[in-house]
Amino acid sequence: MKLEILKELNAERAARRPVVIVTDTANGEQRLVKAADIAADPLRAELSKQLRMGKSGNVEVAGKKLFLNVYAPTAKLVIIGAVHISQALAPLARSLDYDVTVVDPRTAFASPERFPDVPLVAEWPDVALPPLNVDHYTAFVAVTHDPKIDDPALLHAFDRDCFYIGALGSRKTHAKRAERLRAQGAKDSDIARIHAPIGLDIGAVSPSEIAVAIMAEITAQLRLPPKEKEEAA
Amino acid sequence: MLNRDEDILQAAETWQKQGHGVALATVVETWGSAPRPAGSSLVINDDGTFLGSVSGGCVEGAVVTEALDVIASGQPKMLEFGVADETAWNVGLSCGGTIRVFVEKVG
Repeated sequence: MKLEILKELNAERAARRPVVIVTDTANGEQRLVKAADIAADPLRAELSKQLRMGKSGNVEVAGKKLFLNVYAPTAKLVIIGAVHISQALAPLARSLDYDVTVVDPRTAFASPERFPDVPLVAEWPDVALPPLNVDHYTAFVAVTHDPKIDDPALLHAFDRDCFYIGALGSRKTHAKRAERLRAQGAKDSDIARIHAPIGLDIGAVSPSEIAVAIMAEITAQLRLPPKEKEEAA
Repeated sequence: MLNRDEDILQAAETWQKQGHGVALATVVETWGSAPRPAGSSLVINDDGTFLGSVSGGCVEGAVVTEALDVIASGQPKMLEFGVADETAWNVGLSCGGTIRVFVEKVG
């Protein structure tokens, strides 16, 4: 690997932008493809498929065997609400390799005793969220049940194009939430992106089971191609 | 976190800047039950120091030895490890899988 390619790869990774390194394994020839350039690349179909799966693999093009090494940013999970469900959700998400942060302005909830080893931000969303660099590779979950905390957080998630947005609450609660968010300028297309009731319908009852349902739904959103995603939802 | 590739590639860049010869070994193909997926990598410097893994410990020693050759020659190499290759490499994967590892010089 040429030093320039390695430097560029490290710079893109530091900026949390996905990159694919294409290597001709017969002769070592290599090039770096930035995510933003995939649409114009001759290998766009192969590149976008591998990137979506977050999986490296081989393709054969014009008799050449090429190795596509995918460097997708580590997925983040931002949890709004240091509640009981979050106590189960945070360690589960970490075991699935997510960088987890819990945000809750209520210091009685956001305490290190309740969340050992999890980064906690005991601030309101308007202060807590901007430094977290919420981006497309972020799953965003609002579970406080308190509109004063959840609503501004969800508006932030819309702006940052999170790949998954989920919010706790029944259909009735969600309908009221949708009304409030609309009143604050949210588009219908944004509100449609909220998964609510949150989590795959697996009959979850306990906080840990709800955490499993949420992580299953996030995983489906991350990995399934668009069509199958609709069927799973 | 389990995903440590970031640190590995940063280390490769740092070693290179410090004047080390550096090689990058990457799993490019796996068959059967293989311990690390394609894309897993190991970086090696000319001291024989290495970071990362391509197999979870089964064949790293052999990869490091080959990597030192690659650092010296500058020519990339494809290595293959599996139960069938035990006579050739004298190391193999106890899990019964086969992996191909591409070793290239950095710089």
